[in-house]
Amino acid sequence: MSKVFEYAPAPESREIARLRPSYQIFVNGEFRDGSAEPVKTINPADETPLAEVAEAGPADVDDAIRAARRAYDGPWSKLSGAERGKYLFRIARAVQERARELAVLESLDNGKPIRESRDVDIPLAAAHFFYYAGWADKLEHAGFGPAPRPLGVAGQIIPWNFPLLMAAWKIAPALACGNTVVLKPAETTPLTALVLAEIIAEADLPPGVVNVLAGGPSVGQGLVEHDGVDKIAFTGSTEVGKGIQRALAARDVKLTLELGGKAANIVFDDAPVDQAVEGIVNGIFFNQGQVCCAGSRLLVQESVADEVVDSLKRRLTTLRVGDPLDKNTDVGAINSAAQLARVRELTESGTEEGAVRWSPPCELPDRGYWFAPTVFTGVSQAHRIAREEIFGPVLSVLTFRTPDEAVLKANNTAYGLSAGVWTEKGSRILAMAARLRAGVVWANTFNKFDPAAPFGGYKESGFGREGGRHGLEAYLDV
Amino acid sequence: MLTETPSSGLADVTRDDAALRRFLHGLPGVDQVGAEARAQGLATRSIKTTAKAWAIDMSIAMVDLTTLEGSDTPGKVRSLCAKAMRPDAGAPPVAAVCVYPDLVATAVAELRGGAVQVASVATAFPSGRSSLATKLYDVRDAVAAGAGEVDMVIDRGAFLAGRYQQVFDEIVATKAECGGAHLKVILETGELATLDNVRRASWLALLAGGDFIKTSTGKVSPAATPPVALVMLEAVRDFAAVTGQRRGVKLAGGIRAAKEAVRYLVMVNEVAGEEWLTPALFRFGASSLLNDLLLQRHKLATGAYDGPDYVTVD
Amino acid sequence: MSEQHPGDHATSSRLEVRKTYKLYIGGAFPRSESGRSYPVSSSRGKLLAHAAQASRKDVRDAVRAARSALPGWSGATAYNRGQVLYRVAELLEGRRAQFSDEVAAAEGLSAPKARAAVDAAIDRWVHYAGWTDKFAQVTGATDPVAGPYFTFSLPEPTGVVGVLAPQDSSLLGLVSVVAPVLATGNTAVVIASQDRPLPAVSLTEVLATSDVPGGVLNLLSGFTAELAPWLAAHRDVNALDLTGAAPAARADLRAAAAETVKRVYVPRATDWSAAPDLSRLRAFTEVKTVWHPIGV
Repeated sequence: MSKVFEYAPAPESREIARLRPSYQIFVNGEFRDGSAEPVKTINPADETPLAEVAEAGPADVDDAIRAARRAYDGPWSKLSGAERGKYLFRIARAVQERARELAVLESLDNGKPIRESRDVDIPLAAAHFFYYAGWADKLEHAGFGPAPRPLGVAGQIIPWNFPLLMAAWKIAPALACGNTVVLKPAETTPLTALVLAEIIAEADLPPGVVNVLAGGPSVGQGLVEHDGVDKIAFTGSTEVGKGIQRALAARDVKLTLELGGKAANIVFDDAPVDQAVEGIVNGIFFNQGQVCCAGSRLLVQESVADEVVDSLKRRLTTLRVGDPLDKNTDVGAINSAAQLARVRELTESGTEEGAVRWSPPCELPDRGYWFAPTVFTGVSQAHRIAREEIFGPVLSVLTFRTPDEAVLKANNTAYGLSAGVWTEKGSRILAMAARLRAGVVWANTFNKFDPAAPFGGYKESGFGREGGRHGLEAYLDV
Repeated sequence: MLTETPSSGLADVTRDDAALRRFLHGLPGVDQVGAEARAQGLATRSIKTTAKAWAIDMSIAMVDLTTLEGSDTPGKVRSLCAKAMRPDAGAPPVAAVCVYPDLVATAVAELRGGAVQVASVATAFPSGRSSLATKLYDVRDAVAAGAGEVDMVIDRGAFLAGRYQQVFDEIVATKAECGGAHLKVILETGELATLDNVRRASWLALLAGGDFIKTSTGKVSPAATPPVALVMLEAVRDFAAVTGQRRGVKLAGGIRAAKEAVRYLVMVNEVAGEEWLTPALFRFGASSLLNDLLLQRHKLATGAYDGPDYVTVD
Repeated sequence: MSEQHPGDHATSSRLEVRKTYKLYIGGAFPRSESGRSYPVSSSRGKLLAHAAQASRKDVRDAVRAARSALPGWSGATAYNRGQVLYRVAELLEGRRAQFSDEVAAAEGLSAPKARAAVDAAIDRWVHYAGWTDKFAQVTGATDPVAGPYFTFSLPEPTGVVGVLAPQDSSLLGLVSVVAPVLATGNTAVVIASQDRPLPAVSLTEVLATSDVPGGVLNLLSGFTAELAPWLAAHRDVNALDLTGAAPAARADLRAAAAETVKRVYVPRATDWSAAPDLSRLRAFTEVKTVWHPIGV
């Protein structure tokens, strides 16, 4: 950290989150206690408890699905698309109104820097509702036939890395298409989804159209196994996704999966270096690297590898790791002890397998779940840190000689969610984009998201797309 | 890319026009959107309380208090110099005053004995559209009158036409005329139009011996902008990495608010490095910025928002 | 060409040359590596021929051939694929009578009904040939993102598709499942109708004499229940079309597919005479979204 120019602490006020001592689950338009034991959700930045959260049990899962079914068969299916759209517009606006509150709450519950929740998570969540609101009355123009029908009741299971944003990605298109929803937020990050439920209740959405059940894996399993769902949408690890696909094999439940990744961020010798370094940093340290589409493998052309890595390391010395509520923090806390253990284990393997580990000097707080931004050089394709998803702020650097070799290495994985390409040459950008087996290719940029742009994976990164016109397909009977 | 040429450092790249062109065109490109995004990201830094107080005082100390109007008179310049030496109670003096060559003597007389430098524009400022002989005479005049700093303009026409060697030679010749005065090279980035050109012109000026690279004359818009400053700070950073020499950056034109100045200091800190956080290596060419810095200084001290009656007009 | 049957002591003076119905893998016609074959009868029970009974190793070889053929086929221009597929339709047209006989025998249809099915199959093939260079325009888009980026989304072929051809509709149904897979740039390993494989094998003869590169479509005759699990579990198959799977078999096949997150298509209605919608084209394409900044 600079001694000449010390940035004073610039904390966002915690009070803005309007944190309550307890939160309830949302079933059939009402907030209520869960039938399982409530749990405390903690702040990963300092391990202090934030609130007590009701946990759903099997009875709540059943109630929620029945409520969603009643709502689907009843009021919701009778509404025109235009009316459904107006509900979604209301929700979008309300999210914008309470943006700051939601951002602080998200940072407290998840551990991500307030700058990210404020500037990325919450605005994109509102934008997603706004975008799909407009589709609700235009489905006949969406390319799925003159009168595409919804599926019915959708069970939706979301991860902890972008809690509110993932809730928006699931709920918005489902409702736009006329489905009803039972959403299960992640066990460690239930709060913003439950506040979203308040927003939904205030928007006067008919009871049962959206239900939010806080809980752990058993609640998700309960949703998947319940014969009252017509659709399951899951975002999370590839391992769990495969389990869900297996579990649904004997049934005709429509499924979409958005799973893990091990994206290659490819930097050519003619890349705009300073912007490429920003793209690399954003690619692996945004959200502490806890992103399915993280650029966790840097594939740098051998001729410029030293220079790029030197620039990268210099740049990393200006990253500020610390209190998520400080507006100057760049890298926040890891979401849970379990996740931190996973990150540590894989990082150890990097050193054991012979890669060279480096981190910029940074002071980590003593309490909380923290991991310093880490770069491994001398990584080869066979190393675990080049093959397995770490889901943390750890970058593996590999080299390549030719475009063909870059493509070969980039595609040499069971994953296929995203990729980055950095070069000034237009024809090369398009050639690489065509050949990379990834659902999202960012050329001369990285980690860009928009409700109008479809997002999803090839191969074991999942199937189905979220965002854009294509995102409707997951929630229509087509 | 940006690696030092194998044997004789950077001397080789300036040996002829072709070599110079190859070097400048071989520098990495700048993605405009990415550069703007980085500049915008740096602008989200929240600088409060003690950090803000430090940044405001440092910004004041980095100001080249400027008057470059056709209507300037000795009276105006004397007034400016008084303000430069003592902007406000408790505030540090600024780095320099910046005037046209024929008012240098007035400024020198007024400032004599103090820490504030006298900078003069020269070389047919602001357009640069005169013969080299005329432009060098302009410099000689300013230096003879006592200017310790010379702010020259490059020939943008020559640059945009690709006559890099000509631009280079003019800077070298101007530097020679400066004697002991330090030379700032105004790139007029608004006319260069692209960030790639800003990078190339920055390197050209540094290779030619400029002590500072400067964004603008202040007579053309756009002048200093965050992406332009970003690219210029990257240039001096990379130049230092290759040669071991630290050169300075001056942002001029369009900077009116203290908030902007503080943002630029954050940019200097995180892009070039804290070694550049000194008036010896970073300046703001400005006139109204100083008063806004003083107003913010008052607010920090009193806690209340301030008004224009509490700072002097000059 | 009238068909004669082994036990038929007809008065025809010429002995017909009986066809050996083999597999079609990588553009060649091998027998099954297992050496097995099985009898194929008409809908009335009369023996028509013995078809090769493919094994799991044939499945393995077919997948390998399909994977090898994929870069060339998916990398060809859409126009080129359209032309190649159209030529197949030209050749089918030339063999209309042959196929009518084979379909009539396989399915027990009257001659006019068999002819109508064959005509529909040819027309269906033409329909899909015409989709190759249009599908991307119908499903692709430029995405109006909220920033200075040019962002576009296009459909790309999923890769190698394992297809279980319909059990009943031996040509029209077969074409209806195979043509969309090929039209979108995928390569296929097709398990023919178990009891009615002969028109499918004849189709491969058409493909072999067309411009369709070897390995783009591979066809295996044999027992669906034996072969499908190998295809479903094969880690180098990207997607499955379970049209021809017995409903009771679907669960296990889908569970096996989950191991590598295969895309699994299970159709609902199978009225082959109805004009198809886009679902079979969409089922085997992936949407890729590309972003690039817009700046000087």
